Amino acid sequence: MQRNPQLNANGELQHLLSIEGLPREILVQILDTAESFVGVTEREVKKVPLLRGKSVFNLFFEPSTRTRTTFEIAAKRLSADVINLNIAVSSQSKGESLLDTVANLSAMHADIFIVRHNSSGAPFLIARHVKPHEHVVNAGDGRHAHPTQGLLDLFTIRHYKKDFGRLTVGIVGDVLHSRVARSLIHGLTTLGAPEVRVIGPQTLLPCGVEALGVRVFHGMREGLRDCDVVVMLRLQNERMRGALLPSAQEYFKNYGLTLEKLAVAKPDAIVMHPGPMNRGVEIDSSVADGPHSVILPQVTFGIAVRMAVMSIVAG
Amino acid sequence: MKLPDAEALCEKLAGDLRSHIKPTSAMIGLYTGGAWLAERLHKILDMKSPLGLMDIAFYRDDYHAQGLHHDPKRTRIPFDVNGRDLLLVDDVLYTGRTVRAAMNELFDYGRPASISLVVLADRGGRQLPICAQHCGARVEVPSGMRLRLKRGTDGRLALALEPHAA
Amino acid sequence: MRVHIKNGRVLDPASGKDAVSDLFISEGRIVESFSGKADRVIDAKGLVVCPGFIDIAVRLREPGYEYKATLESEMDAAVAGGVTSLACPPDTDPPLDEPGLVDMLRRRAKALSRARVYPVGALTVKLAGETLTEMAELAEAGCVAFSQANVALADTQVLWRALQYAATFGFPVWLRAEDAFLAKGGVSHDGEIATRLGLAGIPSFAETIALNTILELTRASGARVHVCRLSTAGAVELMRAAKAEGLPVTCDVGIHHVHLCDMDLGYFDSNCRLEPPLRSQRDRDALSRALAEGVVDCLCSDHTPVDEDGKHLPFAEAEPGATGVELLLPLTLRWGEARKLALGAALARITCEPARILGVASGRLAAGAPGDVTVFDPSAPLRVSPEMLKSQGKNTPFLGLELSGRVRYTVVAGNVVYEA
Repeated sequence: MQRNPQLNANGELQHLLSIEGLPREILVQILDTAESFVGVTEREVKKVPLLRGKSVFNLFFEPSTRTRTTFEIAAKRLSADVINLNIAVSSQSKGESLLDTVANLSAMHADIFIVRHNSSGAPFLIARHVKPHEHVVNAGDGRHAHPTQGLLDLFTIRHYKKDFGRLTVGIVGDVLHSRVARSLIHGLTTLGAPEVRVIGPQTLLPCGVEALGVRVFHGMREGLRDCDVVVMLRLQNERMRGALLPSAQEYFKNYGLTLEKLAVAKPDAIVMHPGPMNRGVEIDSSVADGPHSVILPQVTFGIAVRMAVMSIVAG
Repeated sequence: MKLPDAEALCEKLAGDLRSHIKPTSAMIGLYTGGAWLAERLHKILDMKSPLGLMDIAFYRDDYHAQGLHHDPKRTRIPFDVNGRDLLLVDDVLYTGRTVRAAMNELFDYGRPASISLVVLADRGGRQLPICAQHCGARVEVPSGMRLRLKRGTDGRLALALEPHAA
Repeated sequence: MRVHIKNGRVLDPASGKDAVSDLFISEGRIVESFSGKADRVIDAKGLVVCPGFIDIAVRLREPGYEYKATLESEMDAAVAGGVTSLACPPDTDPPLDEPGLVDMLRRRAKALSRARVYPVGALTVKLAGETLTEMAELAEAGCVAFSQANVALADTQVLWRALQYAATFGFPVWLRAEDAFLAKGGVSHDGEIATRLGLAGIPSFAETIALNTILELTRASGARVHVCRLSTAGAVELMRAAKAEGLPVTCDVGIHHVHLCDMDLGYFDSNCRLEPPLRSQRDRDALSRALAEGVVDCLCSDHTPVDEDGKHLPFAEAEPGATGVELLLPLTLRWGEARKLALGAALARITCEPARILGVASGRLAAGAPGDVTVFDPSAPLRVSPEMLKSQGKNTPFLGLELSGRVRYTVVAGNVVYEA
C-alpha cells in the first residue's frame, strides 16, 4: 500500500488533500491550532507573521468567490502574499495542461497552492509533481473531498458539543455529489462519532455508502430523530435535469428542513450548512435564521481553520 | 548539581516586585512555565488588573526550520495593552529569542508604556540584546542540558535539568 | 529459411505435447524434420518452445494517432513480447471503415516483417452506430471480423440489423457489452471505491443488461459473436449459460482484469483508468476462475499506448487504456500460477484459443502449421519500468512490479524477427 501522499516520511502533514487517511492526532492538532487562531481573529491586529515572505497561490479551476475569499483572508492574516488565479476550465479547450500551469507557477516561487478543481483527484496529481518545499491544500476536488470545509464543520461541532464520542449526526441531501459530505463523514468516524447518518432519496445516495461507516435513511422523520447535529447539503439545479429528482418543490416537501421536521431532533440540536443556502429548497428561512442555526459561526471558524491548515503544512 | 529552590525564588521575586507595582501595571505570563510563575506572582501580589497569558507560537523565529510547534495555547489578554506598564513573566531566560517574539506579539495588541522582564532563572547564553529587570537567580547549566520549571500535582514549583531534545 | 530449434521444452497446448525435443521450420511452416543443414540453429536449452502468442486486441495507433505510437514501435513491442499474430481494433483515426485504409494498414504491417496483423473492421461507418459498413468489401481487404471497439452502439435496431447482415456472410462480430446510457459519464466501477474517491461509476448491470441484449440478438440472428473484455461476475454466468445452450458465442478478458480490481486505483492512479473499468475483487476472481475453466476463451492485452499528456490528468479526464502487449507472457504466467494451472493450460489462453477465435492456423506446433514460434525463459525475472518497454506507451498499472518470463526468440513464418 502506498504511503499517504499527504504525510511526509516523519508522519507530518505536508499537503492537505483529504481527511480520509489522516490519523486522529493530526485532525486534533489542526482543530487545537485553529482554536489559537480564533483568538487572533478577535483582536484588533488580526495578523501574525508566520507566513511572511511566503506566497500562497489560489488556483481555482472551478469558480468560487466564497471559498477563495476565505482562503485569501486566512493567508493574509498569516502575513503571506496572495495571488489569485481563476482558470476557466473547458474540457474542449486546448489550453495549457494542469501540470504545465503548476510548473509555471512553481517557477514563480510559490509556496502553497490552494487548489479547487472539478475533477476528483486533481490535487493528488498536483501534489505528486510539486517541489519538496511546495505544499498543496485541496479547496475541493470534484465530488471527492473538501477537507478544510470538513475541518471547519468538525471545529464547529466541537465548539458547541464538545465531545464527539456521544454524538448523533444527520447529513441530509445530495450526498452522491457532495465532497463536503464525504469529508465530514471521514472526519466524524475518525474522531469517534458513534452514529453518523445520511438522509436522502435513493437517487442522491452513492452506491455502497454504508461502507463509509454511515447509516442510511430515506425519511427525515426517522433520520433526524434524536440528532445532536443536522447538516444540510446544498441541492444544485442540475440534479433536476439529470433525472435524479422531479422538482425543487417536491424535494423541499420531503427533505427540506423546517422547524416542524427539526422538532424530532434533540432540543439543543445545532443546524449547519456549508453554504451557499438555497432557501426554500433544502432549508426554510425560519430554521436558517433561527436559534439552532450555527451557519454564520461556521464561516468565522472557517478562517481560523484555514489559517491552522496553512501554518501546519508550511511548517 | 544543586538547583535553587523555585518556591523560595518566587517569594524573593514577589518581594522585589512589590515596590514596582503601579496603578498602570499589568502582568503577562508566557506559556507554559512563565504562565505558572505569573499565576503565582499575580496571586501573591494581589494585582488588581487581570492576568494575561500568552503563547508565542505564531511569532517564533524558527518556524521555517521547525514548523509549528504542537499544541499551541490560546493567547488571552483581558485588558487594553495601550499605555500599560507591563510585567512580562517567563521561567528561564536563555537566548532571548522567546522574549523577542513575545514583545513582537505584544505590540500587535497595542502600544505599552513600558515592558519589564521578570524571570525566575537566568542561565546566560544570550544571543540578542535582552536582559531581565527582575531575576530570581543566575543558574549555570551544563551544555546539552535544558533548565525547566516544573509544577507538581500539589502546585509546588521546582526547577529541573533535562537533556536537550535532539 | 530453415530453422532448427534444439534442446528446448517443446510445449504445444493444442495437442498436449510437452517434452524436451527439437522443432524444425522450413519454408515458413513447421515440419517433422528436414535433411541437410539448417540456416539457423537455436539452442533452446532450459527454455520453453511454444506456438507464437496470438493477441486479439492490440492498438497499433496507425492511422491517426502517430503521436502516441507508431506501427514500428508497437510491432517491435509485440514481437519483443513473443506475439506473432495480433488483431487490431478499428478505432483508429479515421476508423477502419474503408477497404483502402485496411489495405494500407496490412501493406505497412507486412512490409515491416514482424508479426502477422489481422485488422478488425468497423461494424458501422465511422463507428457512429447508424449505417452499416461494406462488410464484404472490408473482408476482402483483409478484415477478419467487425466490431465497434469501445464505441457504444445504443440503437438496438441497428445492432440487430448489423448482426443479421454479418450472419448472412458468416462474418464474426466482436462486441463489448456495455449499455450506453447506464455507462454514460462513468469512469470507474460503481461501488465503495468509486464512492470514496468521488468518481462517477458504471454499475455492473450496465454490462449484464447489454450482454443479455447481445445474446438475444445472437440467438435470433445466428451470427457468430465474440464478446470482448468481460469485466463482471454476472457476465461470466450469462456466458456460461449461453454456451451451455449452444449459442455460437465466445469471449475474452483483458490481462489487467484478471490481476487488478478497483482497490488498485489507490490515490487516483490514472494508469488504472481502463475501459471497461477495473471492478471489485469478486469480479476479478470470477473472471480469473472462468478463464481457467474455459468459460472465458482467451486472454488478450487490449494494448493501448497513451502518451504522457493523456495520462498526466485527473483520473476522470485521463485517457483510458494501458500498454501491455510486451507483458502478455509474464502476466499470463502469473495468472496461471495463481490458478495452479499447468504451463500448457495457461499458454493455451494466448495460443490455440485465440487462434480459434481468429480462425487462423497458427497457435499450434503441428506439422504444416505456420512457422510462428516463441522461445522463452519462464523463470527469467523482469522488472516493469518505462525503460524496458519498447512500446511508446509507458502507461501500465504494473510499473515497478517484478514478474518473470522473458522472450528470447520470436519466429514468424520461419524468420527470427526478435531475439533478446
